[in-house]
Amino acid sequence: MQIDHGKCVACSNCIPVCPMGAIYIDPAVNRATVNLDECVECFTCYRGMSKEHLNPSLVRTIRGVLKYLRIRFDPEPDVCPTDALTPQELSWPRIVRRAFSDPLVPHESTGIHGRGTEEVKTNDVTGRVNEGEAGFTIEFGRPGVGVRFRDIQKMTMALAPLPIAFEKKNPVFSLMSDPATGTIREDILNEKVLSAIVELKTTLEHVPQVLQVVEEVAPDLETIVSIGVATRCDGQGNNALEPMLKREGHEFYRGKTNLGLGRRPAAASA
Amino acid sequence: MTNTLHRYGPPESFRDDFIVFIRNSKGRNDVGSIPKLKEFLRTALRHRPVTISQYRFGSTVRPAEHLNPRIHWTRPVQDLTAEQIIEAITKDHTVAAIFDTQEAMEAFLREVKAADWGLSVNVAGLTAPVHACAKRAGIVRHSVEYSLGFQGALDRLPERPVLELSTMCGHSMLSPNLARKMLEWVREGRRTPEQAAATLGRFCSCGIFNPARAVRLLEAAQGGNR
Amino acid sequence: MHIDPRKCVACGNCLAVCPVSAIYIDPVIRRATVNLDECVECYACHNRMSKEDLNPTLVRTIRGLFKLLRIRFDPEPDVCPTSAFAPQKLAWPRSIRQAFSDPCVPHESTGVYGRGTEEVKTNDVTNRVGPGEVGFTVEFGRPAVGARFREVQAVTMALARIGAAFEKNNPVTALMPDPTTGAINPEVLDEKVLSAIVEVKTPEALLPAVLRTVEEVSATLNTVVSVGVAVRCDGDGENRVEKALAGEGYPVFRGKTNLGLGRLTNPEAQAKTIGAAAPAGR
Repeated sequence: MQIDHGKCVACSNCIPVCPMGAIYIDPAVNRATVNLDECVECFTCYRGMSKEHLNPSLVRTIRGVLKYLRIRFDPEPDVCPTDALTPQELSWPRIVRRAFSDPLVPHESTGIHGRGTEEVKTNDVTGRVNEGEAGFTIEFGRPGVGVRFRDIQKMTMALAPLPIAFEKKNPVFSLMSDPATGTIREDILNEKVLSAIVELKTTLEHVPQVLQVVEEVAPDLETIVSIGVATRCDGQGNNALEPMLKREGHEFYRGKTNLGLGRRPAAASA
Repeated sequence: MTNTLHRYGPPESFRDDFIVFIRNSKGRNDVGSIPKLKEFLRTALRHRPVTISQYRFGSTVRPAEHLNPRIHWTRPVQDLTAEQIIEAITKDHTVAAIFDTQEAMEAFLREVKAADWGLSVNVAGLTAPVHACAKRAGIVRHSVEYSLGFQGALDRLPERPVLELSTMCGHSMLSPNLARKMLEWVREGRRTPEQAAATLGRFCSCGIFNPARAVRLLEAAQGGNR
Repeated sequence: MHIDPRKCVACGNCLAVCPVSAIYIDPVIRRATVNLDECVECYACHNRMSKEDLNPTLVRTIRGLFKLLRIRFDPEPDVCPTSAFAPQKLAWPRSIRQAFSDPCVPHESTGVYGRGTEEVKTNDVTNRVGPGEVGFTVEFGRPAVGARFREVQAVTMALARIGAAFEKNNPVTALMPDPTTGAINPEVLDEKVLSAIVEVKTPEALLPAVLRTVEEVSATLNTVVSVGVAVRCDGDGENRVEKALAGEGYPVFRGKTNLGLGRLTNPEAQAKTIGAAAPAGR
């Protein structure tokens, strides 16, 4: 994202809006400026702020006079008065940032597949995670920190030797140059994104092993890691994962429950 | 008072933060100590400290009891001169000098050793460089108190840049909310890092807030880093 | 702390200044108001803000007019324009909030001794922590969370059970009717303070036990705990504890170094104990 210095009036409204804190007023030019190294191209500023189309010179003059009197206009906080936010044309590898950070971007247009797959949300229809299996979603960067692929690679390389299978229909997987070792394409390692989710599947007995590796690697990363574990329930709605996690000392009380109301079209017509 | 012991940040965050302080012990070496405290600070000034201070009095930035409203247009980044701080010493409270380089600290420690005031001198900062500097100055450290960091309900603490600033008053007089406000004001170009550091420093009643480190931390916000 | 509603103009400057976020604008009366249950009587607002003596009615009128135009005065952030803070006379047990929270209050005046002792800062003169000993400062509530004595007591009772001895000349110890149990005067258990420092001294061998005890109890508290570990160095300035701490999961890198330049200089102190306080190993 860029900010048109011809339009910007340095009102600062866009600064707290940025999830990465990447926007600042450059004191040399007195205009809002994006730190492009930290910007994850999530487009939150561009999409979330309402826009006015005031004359920049007029607004700057009024602001300047008021400032001399130690007075500030006290506007609605989510408005860009001069429509100064200007998206740039993104090319590889920077386009990876947007693919992983902007939830509204059509993934296909970037050449990278989805921000995550359907996880357990459609497990009643897809049967991705079966009884006795555990599906992991390991998410990096949220809330509000962001992550570079270099850090994600540290985790995927530590996980690869375990008896696990990375989900193939996953955007991070599609960026691995060697999934067997968890190696990620060299040319994107420095790209920063708002969130990236690694998905993998293993059998229930290996759940503690995976959790242990994640816990060991996570403190070395310059980001936040959040873990989800999914499993298939039996006919009574019970599962073996919950008591196992409790035995391992993991506290949890919140999650996503698939009610099992979905059907495959084939079954419906039969 | 562990007011300099627990500062928040990774090791590299303390490369420019060395607080050298001197104090007496009641009934043991407090007689006639006030001139020594003044001499300590005058000696420190020759080695270009970031600031000097007296506990319970503060540093070169101080709040005012009856401010003239003109101040909103003309606020200085320094309310007192170093000499005014030294003049103001009437009680034998701890005094401190803050250095932002190991070289300056080491040169100062050499003079401190030679002066031989017989009062306790401590350095709060990274323990390994302090140990090395002291050795080169011909001083064998006597005791160390290590900071083991923070534990407990850590999710009640604010974010790292805010804590790095607010814990520079170890008495917690410097609110994290004010530190965050100043980070945002710098990011928004409403204050320079120097002005914001002065505002924050006014809340540290012991004057051991390091304005040089604060300016460095605040400048990061100016570049759009969190 | 109280804020005088007749003086306050609801400028909001003091809200950010409060270390424990206890000040808010009461939407009913439109004045800054202190949540007295959360206020720790640290006096940061009263002592550290600069004050102007402007006429409250005038300021409110100007602010009201500005508000209609959607503009605000943009003042220095550390100023109370009408000097509206009104400290109250604090009675027991609330008085201990200030004793533990305001670094500028003379402790004697509150009937509670010091916020901490001289710790390691004068160890070269006092020899409080000797060779083979470890001095712990276990601090509750900082930075900027605050702690109630009920939480402090959870740790002190656990420490008493493993045989740690509390420093006598310490304000938290002064609140214990019987320091061997670690129990604190029940009258103060609900009082909230900005910081309380518990000091214990143990033989070096007890280091892991103290660390584990503090860790286990801290994990159950709704406050923040920070631990300092003080040791006496040998004649070369080295000590075994630094390595032991790394082994216990605390790779320490920052602390307070006593350079060992202090000695007895008071005439009567020298006369009483000639040589007794000379640093060991010199």
